Parts: sequence; structure tokens; C-alpha cells
Amino acid sequence: MYEGMIAETVTIRGHGGDDVRAYMARPLGAGPFPGVVLLHHMPGWDEWSKEAVRKFAFNGYVAISPHLFHREAPDAAPDDAAAVARSAGGAPDDRIVGDAEGAAAHLRMLPYSNGKVGLIGFCSGGRQTYLVNCRSTAFDAAVDCWGGRVVAADDQLTERQPVAPLSLTGEMHAPLLGIFGNDDRSPTPEDVDVTEAELKKHNKVYEFHRYDGAGHGFFAVNRPGYRPEQATDAWEKVFAWYGKYLATDS
Amino acid sequence: MCTWIIEKATLQGSAKGAEGWFELGEAAVYYDHPYHAPFDHVLTVDFAQDQSKPDHRVRVELDYDSARRLIASMQAALDSGVDAHPGEHEHDHEHVEVSAAG
Repeated sequence: MYEGMIAETVTIRGHGGDDVRAYMARPLGAGPFPGVVLLHHMPGWDEWSKEAVRKFAFNGYVAISPHLFHREAPDAAPDDAAAVARSAGGAPDDRIVGDAEGAAAHLRMLPYSNGKVGLIGFCSGGRQTYLVNCRSTAFDAAVDCWGGRVVAADDQLTERQPVAPLSLTGEMHAPLLGIFGNDDRSPTPEDVDVTEAELKKHNKVYEFHRYDGAGHGFFAVNRPGYRPEQATDAWEKVFAWYGKYLATDS
Repeated sequence: MCTWIIEKATLQGSAKGAEGWFELGEAAVYYDHPYHAPFDHVLTVDFAQDQSKPDHRVRVELDYDSARRLIASMQAALDSGVDAHPGEHEHDHEHVEVSAAG
């Protein structure tokens, strides 16, 4: 059996028609392959995020991660761009929606796409996944990994993040998988309860997996919070979710 | 903790970055996920000439205990230094500006 992939930086058309850098990986072969758009976490477009893109390619997906802080510093290192973005108050929600849609459109244009595209986000990208899935119909399945501030009080809203994604739940489009650690403090288990209640209220298709002994970001192998058993199980849940909703005949 | 909350301090001084010495303008300070250090949360200090630009920048990521030790040592060094050079910093607090942004 021969296995191979291509992983490289590409340019996509993001929010407002802007050119945005993105990291893309795909299996070698004719396909057709389903797609995944990955929204990186707050520290930036870092090595772990790109490893996750390659993990999807290894498992048969064309995956792409737009550099959500590209505009802040187009030619800078990702950590410096993240610092600039952070100082400015983070990436604006409207821009995230446009960039995610642009990345999905990029995937669907590829000759080896099966036309299905999933969305996944980690940390702040988890919140953004929830938000995008409520404001866009571009995705066929979504995965929120421990997104904080889906539930947000008024004093936590800012000019760039002006809405609590929870308030948009009635507009949610694609089936949502949620992955959470019960020791997390953002979101807390109580926040996850509130989110789940809202999804039930609106009869949304969702599945939440809440892990004991795990906190925030427990997929990160280079952090003390890494939990191998829980992470392995949760990755299996992610691929099962996408297998169900992104397969060619699904 | 996945927030965009930061503290900012205006600075006068110099720092040495990847391309040599530069004039400092501001520090952004926050306790959150690191980019590089192998911890779940760190105190990050971004020393920069201009926080809206990516260049002329030095970042430090410290675990909680390290940050506390550094704060204590900075305070001690300032106190002992001022004692050794009396009369130079009688109006220190007028120059200190710290703001929270979120």
C-alpha cells in the first residue's frame, strides 16, 4: 500500500475579496475527497494547527487552515502576527465568517473535491466554528473543540466580537459535534450545559462528548494538559462525525 | 483562557530583537495560552516599538511561578537601585501608565 500527501501554503479569496494565506494538505490521488476547514486557536497559525491539517489529509480529507491573522501582518512570522492581532482585540467576527466561507469555496472548486466540506475549530476557533455555523450555510458538518465564550455576558462582548454565538443558535445550519473537557474553565461544564439546552430548544442536530480528567486544549501533545486517552477517543469521534456527514454518498 | 483581554503599558527604553536594538514604545501583557513555551498558560509580555506592527518585537512567555519571581526581582532591583541613586525618581508614578484593553 502506498500513501502520500501534499502539504503547502496556498492563497485563498477571503472576506471582502482579500487574498489570505492558508495551509492546505491533501492525500495524493484522484479522490474525490471531502474537505475540512480548520480554524486555528488564539495563539495563532502555529505548528500544531498545521499538524492537525496534515492529520486530516492522512485520514483522507482535503484540509485547509486559513491564516486568520494574515491581514494584521502579511509577511510576518505567525507568532508576530498573532501578537499584533491580540493587541488589536482579535480577529473581527465578520472577517472570520468571510474567511471560513472563502476557504470552503476554495475546497469545493478543486477537481478532487466531493463537494462536502466540514468545519472544525479549537479554543477561540471553537467559538468561531459555532458562530460561522450559525451565520453561514457553507458547511455540511461542524466540530467545536472547547470553544470559550459561546456563552458570553454582555460585558464580555467587544467591537470585534459583538455577539454571543449562543444567541444565534436558532440559525445553526450544519450538525454540530462538541468536544469538551470537564475541568475546563472556558467553557465551564455549566457553559456547556447552557449551550446544550439551547441546541435542544431549537431541535438542532448535535452530539456532545464531555471528558472527565481533561481540561482545555487536551489535544495539544506539547502541553501539560494533553490527555492521550481522551484525545484519542475524541479524534475518533471527530472522524466518525465527518464520516457520517461528509462522505460522498451522505 | 481564550479571551482577548490584555494589559498595556507605555514604555521608554530599548530592547534587542532579531535585528538588533530598537526603541521601545509599549508592552502588551496577558496570562493565556502560549505560542511556544510548553505550558498550558503563561504570562506573555510582548515588548514592541509599536503593537500594531509585527517588527521590532520581543516576546517572553513565563510560567506562573517564574512570572511571580520576575516581578519580585524587578521590584527589588528597582527599590535597591533607587536607594543607591537617591533623587533621580521622585516623580516615578507620574510616568506610569497602564491600561486594560479587551
